[in-house]
Amino acid sequence: MRVAVLLSLGLVCSLATAATGDWPMAAHDHAGTRYSPLTEITQANVARLTLAWSFSTGTSKGQEGAPIVADGTMFVVTPFPDRVIAFDVTRPGAHVKWTFEPKPDPHAQGVACCDVVNRGAAYDQGRVFLATLDDQVLALDAASGKELWRTSLGEAASGQSITAAPLVVKGKVVIGNDGAEFGVRGFIAALDAATGREAWRAYSTGPDADVRIGRAFVPVREAERGADLGVSTWPPGAWQIGGGAEGGWISYDPQLDLLYHGTGGPAPRNALQRAGDNKWTATLFARRPDSGDAVWAYQLTPHDRHGYGAGNESVLVDLPLHGRDRKVLLHADRNGYVYAMDRASGELLSADPFVAVTTSHGVDAATGALRDDKSKDPQLSRLVREVCPASAGAKNWQPAAWSPRTRLLYVPHQNLCEDTAVFETSHIAGTPYLGAESKMHAAPGEPLGGFFAWDPVARRKAWSLRERFPVWGGALATAGDVVFYGTMDGWLKAVDALHGRELWKFKAASGIVGQPVSYLGGDGHQYVAVLAGVGGWAGLVVSNDLDTRDATAARGFAGAMKDLPSATNRGGMLYVFRLP
Amino acid sequence: MSSACRSAAAALLLAVALPGCEREARRFDRMPTPPDERAQADALGARPAGPPGRGMRERAAAGDYREDNAYLLSQGKMYYRWFNCVGCHAQGGGGSGPALSDASWAYGHSPGDIFTTIMDGRPNGMPSFRGRIPEEQAWEIAAYVRSLSGLAPGDAATNRGDVLSGGQPEYLREPLRPQDKPK
Repeated sequence: MRVAVLLSLGLVCSLATAATGDWPMAAHDHAGTRYSPLTEITQANVARLTLAWSFSTGTSKGQEGAPIVADGTMFVVTPFPDRVIAFDVTRPGAHVKWTFEPKPDPHAQGVACCDVVNRGAAYDQGRVFLATLDDQVLALDAASGKELWRTSLGEAASGQSITAAPLVVKGKVVIGNDGAEFGVRGFIAALDAATGREAWRAYSTGPDADVRIGRAFVPVREAERGADLGVSTWPPGAWQIGGGAEGGWISYDPQLDLLYHGTGGPAPRNALQRAGDNKWTATLFARRPDSGDAVWAYQLTPHDRHGYGAGNESVLVDLPLHGRDRKVLLHADRNGYVYAMDRASGELLSADPFVAVTTSHGVDAATGALRDDKSKDPQLSRLVREVCPASAGAKNWQPAAWSPRTRLLYVPHQNLCEDTAVFETSHIAGTPYLGAESKMHAAPGEPLGGFFAWDPVARRKAWSLRERFPVWGGALATAGDVVFYGTMDGWLKAVDALHGRELWKFKAASGIVGQPVSYLGGDGHQYVAVLAGVGGWAGLVVSNDLDTRDATAARGFAGAMKDLPSATNRGGMLYVFRLP
Repeated sequence: MSSACRSAAAALLLAVALPGCEREARRFDRMPTPPDERAQADALGARPAGPPGRGMRERAAAGDYREDNAYLLSQGKMYYRWFNCVGCHAQGGGGSGPALSDASWAYGHSPGDIFTTIMDGRPNGMPSFRGRIPEEQAWEIAAYVRSLSGLAPGDAATNRGDVLSGGQPEYLREPLRPQDKPK
């Protein structure tokens, strides 16, 4: 009885969040839908959407953050130096309430693999939580911007950084580290929201005790059975510098009381130096938020040869499948497949390619095994051509959105293949641990970028759009059946959620790699906000001013992006739109 | 042939041959550079305060550094890869670290500047390799880094390596000036 009351209370609370028109976390809700229930902006009127206000972030690196909105305030986190700006959105015109400078260690810029980005803050009960590039997690008083606590989760000198947006679950701030490219051992940690004290930490590699695989863990597939697989699936000791660090997205189901997150790719990239499955890198985990204990796991890409990892977001949706309602987890992975899992049991429901894939030939439905194409195995002194998807993945960090109205998943992504070669590399703490070089290019017959709507019941694309550059920012779906996304050449676009028809677009001052959000302003009107400012891994050629004559620059992204410098320029800017 | 003419021809021959000699020179008779006081102090854990790299620049000026020698440049290229410079700076085009093949230098492009950058690190992300890279090798890496933007003589700079080719081999490179940037 008490459990039932608590459960329904939880449900009411999560519904209440949506009803107020706030956007309190990067993904809008714990299910990771990026769906706004606001209905003022519709397909019929979105063409009249107009700029309400804008604000320079004062920084020029990739603006991958989501502005979050709660309690009449918008909180924006800039790229390094991770400045937090709070705006009063109850009154017209971007009144700045406070600004907070966390002053991260500038040395951390050297261990940020993919630009010095920050993906946003999280709001909970009058507090704002964020992480800084130099591995600190902070809590601020939402009203005053006063620092409440800060906890260091590691040392930048070891190669570790944090760029993720935290998720607050049951009084805990949950976040993972970055640095797989530097041989950092990945983890996800939970801190007490009131004090910052570390409650638990679960590593991506190593003994079961470190991975928090214990009595609660239920192996679903044969490959998940056995003790200390995080040790035995590596050459001796290699798990200690084995990567799996990629502070990706975290989602949470309050009814099942399960957290979902994916671990990053293994280190070094040169797979010849790490024989074995390399567990638990490139793995989806379900965990208990109170203890961090793993309940199920599924390694999507065992012995990841191409640096994919599984850090992309998992979106939690309820779907009618095979005649019954299933609690489903949808995950569009870098390896090129959209996975649908039963999120209670960890059972694989389907895995379908969403781009042309050459590195594998599908997923075995019975065993869950990815059928690797052996011709794409790395070999010393041999160039491996047409590796598709490239190491940047068919989709990278850029989060998809889900509309419960259309039951479609809106996926920003890229069409990239690469030529790649490996060489032996040594681990020097704080320096890259790769042993591989790449040159990426557009997949044959495709533009670099794309945006599509995935029907998870029919297991096919409902529609798809072509974009000149990778669509490196997030998607936003609204109850007005309008879907928003930004492009690296600076367009914020609104399209018809059912057919993909373009309804409106706005040209921003710089390329967009941020996450559009929607909220209810103090005037009772619906707003759409997005950060522009090109950067991120795909945008490094501009944000770090790279020399694109070297196609291996930006870990192989520069060759594919050589036209970007002529299409856009640096500069962080917040844009907020409304109907006139 | 007059004697004046002969000596002019000899001078010409010498002028052509001399750089070639430096290109191929191997110095086996030379003792390894003795560690300077600063490095010694480092090893003892007592690092004297003072402007970094001064001694290094003086040594570079004193000729303890060569970038017209093919062997040293190819060694530098090898160490550039071994010490993971390539992971951040790629084959000069950059990545998480800045490009080294263009004409923009945040901390200077003299051999001494680059040596100091490698050994002491820089505040915006460049780690210190002191204690990780022997000084001799750091000088060779510095010379190679200069060759990435065409600052080292082309007749000594390395040819393309047995790796995934990123662009022009070093011996063909020229500094990328701001006005050369793709528009």
